[in-house]
Amino acid sequence: MTEEIQELDLTEDEKKLLEELAFEDLNELSDFGEARRQFLKRMSVAGGAILAANLLDGQQIFAHSLNESATANIENVVKVAFKVNGAEKSLNVDSRMTLLDALRERLELTGSKKGCDHGQCGACTVIVDGRRVLSCLTLAATCEGKAVTTIEGLQKGDELHPVQAAFIKHDGFQCGYCTPGQICSAVALMNEAKNGEASYVTADVRLKGRALQLSDDEIRERMSGNICRCGAYPNIVAAIKEVHTGKAQAQTWQFVGENDVAIFENESKKEDAANETV
Amino acid sequence: MRPFKYSRANDANSAVQIATANKAANFLAGGTNILDLMKEDVMRPDELIDITRLNLTQVKTISDGANKGGVSIGGLGKNTDAANHPLVRQNFPLLTQAILAGASAQIRNMATNGGNLNQRTRCSYFYDTAMPCNKREPGTGCGALEGINRMHAIFGWSNDCVAVHPSDMCVALVALDATVKVQAADGKERSIPFADYHRLPGDMPQKDNNLGQGELITAIEIPKNNFADKSYYLKVRDRASYAFALVSVAAALEMDGKLIKQARVAIGGVAHKPWRATETEKFLVGKEATEANFKQAAEMEMKQAKPLEHNKFKVELGKRAIARALMQAMNGGKV
Repeated sequence: MTEEIQELDLTEDEKKLLEELAFEDLNELSDFGEARRQFLKRMSVAGGAILAANLLDGQQIFAHSLNESATANIENVVKVAFKVNGAEKSLNVDSRMTLLDALRERLELTGSKKGCDHGQCGACTVIVDGRRVLSCLTLAATCEGKAVTTIEGLQKGDELHPVQAAFIKHDGFQCGYCTPGQICSAVALMNEAKNGEASYVTADVRLKGRALQLSDDEIRERMSGNICRCGAYPNIVAAIKEVHTGKAQAQTWQFVGENDVAIFENESKKEDAANETV
Repeated sequence: MRPFKYSRANDANSAVQIATANKAANFLAGGTNILDLMKEDVMRPDELIDITRLNLTQVKTISDGANKGGVSIGGLGKNTDAANHPLVRQNFPLLTQAILAGASAQIRNMATNGGNLNQRTRCSYFYDTAMPCNKREPGTGCGALEGINRMHAIFGWSNDCVAVHPSDMCVALVALDATVKVQAADGKERSIPFADYHRLPGDMPQKDNNLGQGELITAIEIPKNNFADKSYYLKVRDRASYAFALVSVAAALEMDGKLIKQARVAIGGVAHKPWRATETEKFLVGKEATEANFKQAAEMEMKQAKPLEHNKFKVELGKRAIARALMQAMNGGKV
C-alpha cells in the first residue's frame, strides 16, 4: 500500500491530507483511472484549506519583510502614535507615507483599498475621529493622537455592522473592490444625517439641527465620493436606506418609456440649435 | 513623491516664520490638493509645515471692526464645519450651498477654508508634466490655449494661461464681499478684499493669488447682509455630483418691495478667479425680479465673454445658469 501511494508522487502534505480525508480504502488510489479522478475531486474540496493555509503563511512572511524593508529605507522619519480600530499603534514612518500605505503595508490592514491614489474614487475611505476621510490623501505623519476606524474595525465580535449586513443582503457590490470604502463612507453618513448635516440637494439648508430622513437623491449625493465601476449603485442605495430608515427596502425601477425618449430627443435638438447660434 | 521634511507648527507665528525662511516650503492643511500635486510631481516642496493643529478653526460672529455683525470663519476650519455651522446656514445659506456643491463628503471633511482659496487649477495641462504650462513652468507656453480647452476660461484669460479657478466656495465668497485675513511675515495681520485675493493670469500665471511669501490665511470674514432669504448657488457639471463646474453661479438678491434693491452675482468655472458679474448686478438694481429681466441681465455680462475653440457652449450655458440661479434665489434658494 505504501508503495502504491508513493507511485502517485505525493508530497508529505498531500499524504497527511489523504489520511485526514479518511479514504475508506486507500487501494482505490492504485488505479490511475477513475480513482485518481475521485482523489483529485476530493483534493480540490480540501485544496481550499491548503491554499488558504499557504497564503496565510506567505502573507505573514511578506508582511514581515515589507515591514522590515519599509523601516530600513525610510527618509525624513516621523514618529507617530495613533489608534487603529481601538488598538494603540506606534510607527516610524517616512514623511511621504500616506495613512493608506501605513494601514496596508505596515499594519497589515489590507481592507482599505488603493483605487486611484488621487482622491477621486473613495476606495480608501476610512473614519478618522468620527469623520470619513480619504486615507490616500492623508499623511500618516499628521495622524498623531487620532483614532482611525477601518473596515476591519466595524464589526463587533462575530456580528457584522448593520451596514455590512445590509450590503450583503442587497448585493451592494459585484467585484467588491470599492466596498470597504463604500461601507466606511455609509457608516459615517448615518451619523451626519443624525446630526442634521446638510448636502447640496437638501431642500432648505436654513432648516437645521434635526435628524434628517434621507431620500434616495440625498443618499446618492452624499455617497458621490465613492465610485463603483461595477455599477452596484441601486443596491448600495437600498442597503444604506434600509439601515438609515430601519425598514426593509425593495428596489423600484422601470423601463424608459417612449415619453422619456421623446423628451430627451427634443432637448438634444434644442441644445444643437443653441450651439449653432453661438 | 520626492522626499520632504515634515515639521509640525504649534502656533501661527512659528508657522509663518518657517515658511518665510524656506521659500521651498509649503503649508500642509487638509492636504487634499497639495498631496495629489506632489504625487504627480507638479509641486515639489522640500518641506511641509503641518498647520492642522493651529487654533484657527472657529466660526463666530464678528464683534468689532468693518465687518461687525458678520461672520468670521477660521482659516483652518474644515469645509464641512463651515458649511454646517448654524451661523452660516441661517445667515449665509449661499456659502453653505456653495461649499456643499464642491468635491465629496470625504474631501470636505479634510479640506480647510484657507486651503480652499489656495487650491490650484485642475487644468489637465497643468497636471501633466509632459505638457507645456506657464503656470507650472513659466516660459514653456500654454498647452490649453490651442489644445483641448473645453473646461477653460471665457473671461480674463491671457495668451499665457487660460486655466480656471476650481473652487465653488470662493464664488460665493466673492459674491458676499468677503475679506481674507492674513498673518504676514512680520507677525502683523493684514486684510485682502476677496475680489483682489485671486489674480488674473496676465503674464504671471504661476502666481494664483496675492498672498505673500510665507503668509498664512487666519480667517475669512463675511459682512452682515440681507441676502439670506433670497440666494442660491447653482452648479452645472458633466455629472450630477463630484465633478468640477462647467459653469456655476452664486446669486443673491435684496428686495425693496417689488424692486431689486441690491443684486450679487458671481460665476465660477469661467475665469482664473471667481468672476463677479458686475454688469448683471448693475442692470438689475431698481428692476423687477422677472425672468425676462434676469435673462437680459445675464446677457449684459456674458456678451463680454471671449470663448476658446472648445468652450463656446459656456456662453449660452452661463446666460441660462445666471437666469436660473436668480429665479431660484427669488424662490428662497430652496432646491
